[in-house]
Amino acid sequence: MTTLTQKHKKIERSITLLAVLSLVTVAIGGIVEIAPLFWIDNTVEEVDGVRPYSPLELAGRNIYIREGCYSCHSQMIRPFRDEVDRYGHYSLAAESMYDHPFQWGSKRTGPDLARVGGRYSDEWHVQHLIDPRQVVPESIMPPYAFLAKKELKPGDMSDHLRALSRLGVPYSKEAIAKANEDLLTQVDPMADSTDLEARYPKVQIRDFDGNPDKLTEMDALVAYLQMIGTLVDFEAGEAQEQPR
Amino acid sequence: MDNLLVKAGGWLVLVLLAFLAMVLAVDSGFAVHMGIIMAASLIALWVTISKADYAAIGRGILKAPADPEKYDDDPIRWGVIATIFWGMAGFVVGLYIALQLAFPVLNLGLEYTTFGRLRPLHTSAVVFAFGGNALLATSFYVVQRTCRARLAFPGLARFVFWGYQLFIVLAATGYLLGITQSKEYAEPEWYVDLWLTIVWISYAVVFIGTIVKRSEPHIYVANWFFLAFILTVAMLHVVNGLAMPVSLLGAKSYSAFAGVQDALTQWWYGHNAVGFFLTAGFLGMMYYFVPKQAERPVYSYRLSIIHFWSLIFLYIWAGPHHLHYTALPDWAQTLGMVFSIVLWMPSWGGMINGLMTLNGAWDKIRTDPIIRMMVLALAFYGMSTFEGPVMSIKSVNSLSHYTDWTVGHVHSGALGWNGMITFAALYYMVPRLWGRPKLYSLRMVNWHFWLATIGIVLYIASMWVAGIMQGLMWREYGDDGYLVYAFSEVVTAMFPMYLIRAAGGLLYLAGAVVMVYNVWMTIAGHLRDEKPMTETPHDEAADRPLVAVPAE
Repeated sequence: MTTLTQKHKKIERSITLLAVLSLVTVAIGGIVEIAPLFWIDNTVEEVDGVRPYSPLELAGRNIYIREGCYSCHSQMIRPFRDEVDRYGHYSLAAESMYDHPFQWGSKRTGPDLARVGGRYSDEWHVQHLIDPRQVVPESIMPPYAFLAKKELKPGDMSDHLRALSRLGVPYSKEAIAKANEDLLTQVDPMADSTDLEARYPKVQIRDFDGNPDKLTEMDALVAYLQMIGTLVDFEAGEAQEQPR
Repeated sequence: MDNLLVKAGGWLVLVLLAFLAMVLAVDSGFAVHMGIIMAASLIALWVTISKADYAAIGRGILKAPADPEKYDDDPIRWGVIATIFWGMAGFVVGLYIALQLAFPVLNLGLEYTTFGRLRPLHTSAVVFAFGGNALLATSFYVVQRTCRARLAFPGLARFVFWGYQLFIVLAATGYLLGITQSKEYAEPEWYVDLWLTIVWISYAVVFIGTIVKRSEPHIYVANWFFLAFILTVAMLHVVNGLAMPVSLLGAKSYSAFAGVQDALTQWWYGHNAVGFFLTAGFLGMMYYFVPKQAERPVYSYRLSIIHFWSLIFLYIWAGPHHLHYTALPDWAQTLGMVFSIVLWMPSWGGMINGLMTLNGAWDKIRTDPIIRMMVLALAFYGMSTFEGPVMSIKSVNSLSHYTDWTVGHVHSGALGWNGMITFAALYYMVPRLWGRPKLYSLRMVNWHFWLATIGIVLYIASMWVAGIMQGLMWREYGDDGYLVYAFSEVVTAMFPMYLIRAAGGLLYLAGAVVMVYNVWMTIAGHLRDEKPMTETPHDEAADRPLVAVPAE
């Protein structure tokens, strides 16, 4: 052991050695653990139905992030019987493959939201967000009534889609160019939505907040909540799953 | 004069640039932030012009050099005050959001005061503002004294301090305005991240520069830990912060990674924010202040070598234990679990080295409340670094994950280890930095100790109960094969636990208030008239020979 301390004297007398060796030591773990996730193919197995967010959904998701919803709500159902019974099919890696950033969360002060889409009506969501305790008396969620009053001003959605496409999200040139138009089309059931539906299969088109006169942040957030976890058709896949 | 002109001109350019960015901003949050930067640059401009020694410049001589006989302690004094100030802010917000969970009406119905926006304010205030300033101050204090050299680049050291405060103000106001990347403990947006990178590199330059000009041949062990902390945090911050801004004149950006990769990068960062910011850095603190206060050398030099290298090597691997049973590939989860368990040993190496330093001075636990704080800090360090590996075991994690047990675990580390060792270091430094013979009151340190200790116990005990109860209720099946509890019933069951937790937080805050008063009075130069903590009783009247008294 004296040799160890003797040898170490060389390191601890040189700031260069100490700094370089420390940096190498701390770099190894990340390189071995994280880097392979980018090139091992089966990290994210391809699943039918997963698509990038429509501009309105994306705007809603950005409100979800802005309000820190992830502090209390996870979006990651683990493969346990109780979680699958409570929330639905366990989450697949592919379902968050376009999530910049991911919203898996780390705490369930409130329930998981990975499959909240379609579970409640739009009216329920609007009422619940305005005053959670009116709908769920035991709830401790903050009220978000201001969302129903605030006009949705997400900025130029083309810029948002362009930033994401630079990061590898497959938005077509047309999708980027028509982003602002698509956003408005999704809340207007009267508009011609053929293009929107072609670009974003399963997109839900309606006025979400019950106030067709105004495009509010509530519209965007509810549009996002109503689509979370709905893109993959698990019933169609069931027949292919091998029973053990 | 030229130098002054360049400096003032530089600040003026910054004022103008910030003003321009404010006017052209695409969102209001970004405009507010540019306004803050403009105000900060204006203050810097004003200080540059008003503090300049024009008489000296007129006579063509340079400013008198600082006294080389003394350590450069100005930034440390500011750092001590900033640590206490931000600490109080962080504790108050923490108590408030704890009460919000018990009484949701406290969200006030305003967008700025919801739990979702205040929670990152609390975590960043305690970790980066309180803990960060404590690390800045103590690392500058320790590196000068263990190298027997003044700080290198004194101007840059001042930039580091004020630049870091600007980072804190931008981050904190950003959370209230809803500007966030949503990555836990790395919420600030891209431009604030860039600013922190500049400040952090300057910090590394000052710290390493001071070591380079040291008068001691050996680099003291505390500095190894500070160095590893500074370098690793730089690496983590840069990689995890990679993002694509939507507009160069707007706050919003999108994380460079998505889904699985983003999750693991984030928790590689998140766990090592704990491992390097809250562990390695604070171990550096421990390795200086514990031996000094105990007046004993570090217990084992060999142990410090072994546990330093193994700690920094192993910590980096532990991140995936935050993602057990998620869509992260199984191999990464298992690797994370194994390394987390192995990590238990080097963690305890640090605890043992700290505690055993008291060998031969154990009586000081009774007589010196500052030592008592240090011992408690090390005990909590040991406890939470045992609890962590246990919680990283996949089967335990399946119960504990997503529950308040995690919150309790973090707080046993943060309140017990980081808080207590910081308070002890502050109590050590304050009289020395302000040239006072001793603290205003040692008895108040004792009060602080007990208030904080009882507070922590209430906090973590209630969160253990809450977390395990949540985990069990969520997975409880009845005989009919259905889940027994609705989610809302579990929320209701948390109420008494949330109350006890808030009471614990209140006690911890009360202890900190006692510290504020004590430090304030010490700096003001007062000494409290109090009974000493230990005194062998002396009875003058009894101190005499026994004289036989004739019987009546």
